[in-house]
Amino acid sequence: MAAHLKKRVYEEFSKVVQIPHEEVPAKKLRLSKPSKSAALHVDLCKATNSTDALQYLLQFARKPVEAESVEGVVRILLEHYYKETDNSVRLKIASLLGLLSKTQGFSPDCIVDDVISTLNNEKSHQVLVQLLDTLLVIGTQLPENPAVRQRLIEVACKHLSDTYFGVRIKCLQLLGCLGTVDAPLTKDNEGQGMSTVRDVQNVISDYFGDQDPRVRTAAIKAMLQLHERGMKIHQIIYDQACRLLSDDYEQVRSAAVQMVWVLSQLYPESIVPIPSSNEEIRLVDDSFGKISHMVSDGSWMVRVQAAKTLGSMLQVSPHFLEQTLDKKLMSDLRRKRTAHERAKELYTSGEFSSGRKWADDAPKEKVDTNAVNLIASGACGAFVHGLEDEMYEVRIAAVEALCLLARSSPSFAEKCLDFLVDMFNDEIEEVRLQSIHVLREISTHITLREDQLDTVLAVLEDSSRDIREALHELLCYTNVSTKECIQLALLELLKNLNKYPTDRNSVWKCLKFLGSRHPTLVLPLVPELLSTHPYFDTPEPDMDDPAKMYWLWDAHCNWPPSPQLPGRKPLYGLDSVDSGGGSGSVEAAHLFLQQSLNRVSTVQNLEAPGAQDLLDFTIRDLQRLGQLQPELAGAADFSATYLRCQLLLMKALQEKLWNMAVPLCLKQNATATAAARQILEETYKLEFLYSGLESRQVATIHHVRLQAKALQLVLTARTRRGLEPLIGSCEKFLQDVESFQRLFLTELPHLQDSFVEKLLELMPRLSSCKPAELVKILQTTLRQSGLLQLRLPEQIHRATATIIEPTGESDNPLRFTSGLVVALDLDATLEHVQDPQNTVKVQVSELLYPDGQSHVIQPRPGDFRKPGPHRHRLITQVYLSHTAWTEPCQVEVRLLLAYSSSSSSSSSSSSKAGWSDSTDSLPPPEAAIEGTIPFSKSVKVFIMPKPARR
Amino acid sequence: MPEIKVTPLGAGQDVGRSCILVSIGGKNIMLDCGMHMGYNDDRRFPDFSYITQNGRLTEFLDCVIISHFHLDHCGALPYMSEMVGYDGPIYMTHPTKAICPILLEDFRKITVDKKGETNFFTSQMIKDCMKKVIPLNLHQTVQVDDELEIKAYYAGHVLGAAMVHIKVGSESVVYTGDYNMTPDRHLGAAWIDKCRPDILISESTYATTIRDSKRCRERDFLKKVHETIERGGKVLIPVFALGRAQELCILLETFWERMNLKAPIYFSTGLTEKANHYYKLFITWTNQKIRKTFVQRNMFEFKHIKAFDRSYADNPGPMVVFATPGMLHAGQSLQIFKKWAGNEKNMVIMPGYCVQGTIGHKILNGQRKLEMEGRATLDVKLQVEYMSFSAHADAKGIMQLIRMAEPRNMLLVHGEAAKMEFLKGKIEQEFNINCYMPANGETETVTTNPSVPVDISLNLLKREMALGGPLPDTKKPRTMHGTLIMKENSLRLVSPEQALKELGLNEHQLRFTCRVQLQDPHSDSDTLHRIYTHLKSVLKGYTIQHLPDSTVMVESIVIKLSSSAEDPNTKVLLLSWSYQIVTRYVTNIVITKH
Repeated sequence: MAAHLKKRVYEEFSKVVQIPHEEVPAKKLRLSKPSKSAALHVDLCKATNSTDALQYLLQFARKPVEAESVEGVVRILLEHYYKETDNSVRLKIASLLGLLSKTQGFSPDCIVDDVISTLNNEKSHQVLVQLLDTLLVIGTQLPENPAVRQRLIEVACKHLSDTYFGVRIKCLQLLGCLGTVDAPLTKDNEGQGMSTVRDVQNVISDYFGDQDPRVRTAAIKAMLQLHERGMKIHQIIYDQACRLLSDDYEQVRSAAVQMVWVLSQLYPESIVPIPSSNEEIRLVDDSFGKISHMVSDGSWMVRVQAAKTLGSMLQVSPHFLEQTLDKKLMSDLRRKRTAHERAKELYTSGEFSSGRKWADDAPKEKVDTNAVNLIASGACGAFVHGLEDEMYEVRIAAVEALCLLARSSPSFAEKCLDFLVDMFNDEIEEVRLQSIHVLREISTHITLREDQLDTVLAVLEDSSRDIREALHELLCYTNVSTKECIQLALLELLKNLNKYPTDRNSVWKCLKFLGSRHPTLVLPLVPELLSTHPYFDTPEPDMDDPAKMYWLWDAHCNWPPSPQLPGRKPLYGLDSVDSGGGSGSVEAAHLFLQQSLNRVSTVQNLEAPGAQDLLDFTIRDLQRLGQLQPELAGAADFSATYLRCQLLLMKALQEKLWNMAVPLCLKQNATATAAARQILEETYKLEFLYSGLESRQVATIHHVRLQAKALQLVLTARTRRGLEPLIGSCEKFLQDVESFQRLFLTELPHLQDSFVEKLLELMPRLSSCKPAELVKILQTTLRQSGLLQLRLPEQIHRATATIIEPTGESDNPLRFTSGLVVALDLDATLEHVQDPQNTVKVQVSELLYPDGQSHVIQPRPGDFRKPGPHRHRLITQVYLSHTAWTEPCQVEVRLLLAYSSSSSSSSSSSSKAGWSDSTDSLPPPEAAIEGTIPFSKSVKVFIMPKPARR
Repeated sequence: MPEIKVTPLGAGQDVGRSCILVSIGGKNIMLDCGMHMGYNDDRRFPDFSYITQNGRLTEFLDCVIISHFHLDHCGALPYMSEMVGYDGPIYMTHPTKAICPILLEDFRKITVDKKGETNFFTSQMIKDCMKKVIPLNLHQTVQVDDELEIKAYYAGHVLGAAMVHIKVGSESVVYTGDYNMTPDRHLGAAWIDKCRPDILISESTYATTIRDSKRCRERDFLKKVHETIERGGKVLIPVFALGRAQELCILLETFWERMNLKAPIYFSTGLTEKANHYYKLFITWTNQKIRKTFVQRNMFEFKHIKAFDRSYADNPGPMVVFATPGMLHAGQSLQIFKKWAGNEKNMVIMPGYCVQGTIGHKILNGQRKLEMEGRATLDVKLQVEYMSFSAHADAKGIMQLIRMAEPRNMLLVHGEAAKMEFLKGKIEQEFNINCYMPANGETETVTTNPSVPVDISLNLLKREMALGGPLPDTKKPRTMHGTLIMKENSLRLVSPEQALKELGLNEHQLRFTCRVQLQDPHSDSDTLHRIYTHLKSVLKGYTIQHLPDSTVMVESIVIKLSSSAEDPNTKVLLLSWSYQIVTRYVTNIVITKH
């Protein structure tokens, strides 16, 4: 742990080095260098015994070292190393060498020789391990240096025959990280006269048979490392790897499973013989069989590994694949049909619900004794075992593997259906949920039979909301075979609705999809459902009746016209549900969008009023388009907002006020200032509210923001007196320009003829000139620069959020004792939000009431679920509290999207900063601009804090 | 050659009264001490007279090990220890120790109080017997005496069921008892490490069966219960008090919880409540789910399952009742059955096997009219369902266990002969190991090839390793030079020098001498000189010295010359060399040259 922390310190430190390059004067560095190494030297000389020395070294390790002084420090350390007799001190020095060589900006090739020479003289095994580790660090730091690499490999080979397992492990790691396949490695066995040229793989694979399991594991890992580095592993290793699958130690078996898998991916088509017979099979099939065998291994870690691995072996032949679900049943040596088979037969024979009698499953035919293979040879029944495993980790892995395999093979999907449906009954909720999700994913391949549907629908009564909603989702995508199935589903869903009214939205949606998927099956049910059936003939229509209607309606849209049906419109005025035009119009709309944008690009050629009108119209068009075409809503909104920014900018610049004297135009100035502020706000929305942006668009947005900032600067210059504030803001602006240049270096060629380009041209002059001059330049550049054309990316989506619960319709206030808390259930759907765990916040603000305070709550990460791609569900509780009120009053709840400008440029830095435990805290790389964007409609909730009774 | 002898006293090609004697490394161990449910006479208990005709068993047995609390594995224990006489240690796991006396007491009550048998063990005997029990923990190695050690592994099957690994020196035997390789709702699957025993003694109840997935059965069961409840019917589930009953309870309890059902579930009282208490305590012996969630809530603290009262049977509305005994032959389950049989909305679910002649067996076979005592008949209108929930390993499970443990020999017990025959064939074919299936009273002898451990000093080992060249050809055997000392039951390999020192012996140099007669007219010194020059020309690369005391040294070979007194021409050449490999070659040359 200590070592780990120290590493962290150095990592932190490595950032520190980066900054001095730019800002901190070099002189400072030089000052600190001698003091650092000298201090160490003095400390080490002072040390009278090894414990003291160790203490000094430990203290030293806590502080960072500059790149320039590393070498000096290393020399001192080495000097002390030679003198030191105590193992632990030498060990610490060796580990420090490794840490130091990681320092950024320091090239460790100068200390390779020293480390290797110490290595040759070292007697203690532990220190040897540490030294080899140091070499490993150095080797990974110098990937481009073949000479060093060759030397290190030689060292590794030399020490491979050490008696201590740790040394062998480190050597193997070295070989794995640095070895190359093409270069022959060493001449081995020189003593016996015959010199064979061997390569790394040969050497490593020798250690597959080492006596120590840790070394065996390390050898396999090294081989895998070679593979990861892009070396081609020889097929000869396959046999050895397979033998290791039956090793006594679990970590060896686990690694061997990976090894076999890698080989099966490398040589799927080559042919291997089956031992004890003269048949041959494809390697991928063979390895599939072997890994399947591991699903019934003794160690659950290996079982998880094996089950996971199976999922990614897609090239396996269907014949083998289907065996994984095979489990021949027998009873007293007679073949017995599985429950699945019996269910299928019952179904096909037309007799559905027959109770099972005693000995109903009595075996029929006699099994040929020789044909029964008890021990599953090959892939037999791997998934049957995996799904029944004791550990739920294994079961989940098996379910996931089933999913992957079934997605690529429809026939397999059909077969695994029964097994997945069985998993709906698992004892662990996570497993049930996972299998429902999996079934949804493969549902395109399958059609549910009535008996299967029945089992699936039984889960609708589950008390867990997640499970029910997952099941609704599944039903949205399922195909069923008969009209009875549809009816069954409908009835069960209505039952579900009765039992759990909170599911209303989800059930409605489910019905809608179910109807539109099976129009022809719904058709014969219509008369019964609409009126003729007494079941629905209630005097007062049920509140939840729209559910049925939704469903009918959607099916209706796909029906063939038929005289016996009521017309479309009379269907209870549900036309607002109209899902819009057909898919053909999407193309046209897209074209329209493009054309509008192209048209706008000509705007700079127009006179001012014409240009403004054109923008106005285009914005209006785009907004309407967004409403009409949900597919393009994101793109249209995005463009419209962008154009609005441009329009505002244009308006602000074209005011005549620029020519007036300052005191005369205060009012106009106010509008321009407002415009600038609004543009800024809009740019943040543009940047953070839309997903699917590429750096090109981000650059454009930043460009607009820069323009807005320039505008602000100019306005400040005009209104404010006094130089002091102006100088500050000028400097800040110049920094902004610089950071823009840094961030979007690659995008600059696209920004031809733009504001920024012009600014950058003038940059040398700008940085030296006075504020007044700068303002003047900015003013002219702003007015000269034209509109930057917006190019839309492929997919662009606006993040939206809908609060489902609370509905805001309730007239009953939520009563609670003041000073205590009340929990408000919040249920919302988020679309196209990236990383909602960190960005989405809940804002609760009080209306009407005097203090009008608002506070923002960050939901827990566990409150977010992900029901589908680009979709999140937030189910959380908001805790409210307040002092007493005299009468109920509303509070407003809405969702906010938090952003910070730093998170867009270097998203990782902010999250990791919290981890650092070092004392010297780092300044944030850039002044982060943080803010929030409301992105949902607000919902009002009536609350009533009552005074506590004394 | 050392041997291991296995003799089943019960359970040899038979189910019931498991009792197996094992002699290993001079130790005698009794595995299980069960009774036969099918007999009421002497055949009920194992034939202990096989061990000794008269007198106590203590001096013949080193220990007794009980695998789990089912009566066919522990039913004869008080009889053996108290009535036949055994005072040695009895090993069983903690849950078995807790539950076993309850069952034994119940069994005693039925036989003595109900059937009126005499000459049966008493309550006091059960107590005395349990005092001799030493409890075991899982994976704990228990040293019975200096040489014999036992270790328990998890076996599934019922709470506290264990497999035992018995080891004497390097010989070992694994006895499985009853075990289950597929987990169920309350217990995990059996597990054993690769201990490579000489014999694996396995049960083989389901030697010829491969079972369907447990999930299908569970789902069917739950669906049937659920449907009946929804119809407003009552469900009767006759069970035996321990084992399956708890599994079904958990199953129903979680289902009720999941589905938010409200109908009451009742459990008939008595022995079960006591047993449930132990299930609550021995959480570590249950499966992953229960182990992980017991902190929030112990799964055996049932929320929906309440104690049954006789009067509840007449309550209106749906309910589920678990009642004993499991075959509907007497007691509470039969009473409830009589009450509910007339209504077709109701249902009875038989979760296990029913013996011929019981009502359970009759209704399962479709009989709709039952004759009760007193010539009354009972119309059976309710639905009758059969669900098998058995917790023995099936054929695949047995094979899986063999694969896990990798035994050198296999021995099948606790199963029917015909079925065993099939499995035996399969095992021999798949694993290529010997498989035995002795009948009761037959002794199976397995010779073992134990490895003999020898102590060696680390220095010697290192020195010899250094000679042999570098690693990694670890697979190749390597020869080494040393002296084996056998002293006081211990074997040690030491270097020759040390061996001499320890034994207090002096080192003896062996010298070989040889006389060769030559006919040579020269004087002695001349001849010697000629020999010297000759050898020098022949043996290049060897150090050859002509010493002043008229000897020639070739390496360490000494050559001396003397002429006989009678004939000065006949010279006698005396060669002398010590036993060394290098010198032998040279000596050969020296000899053959002349």
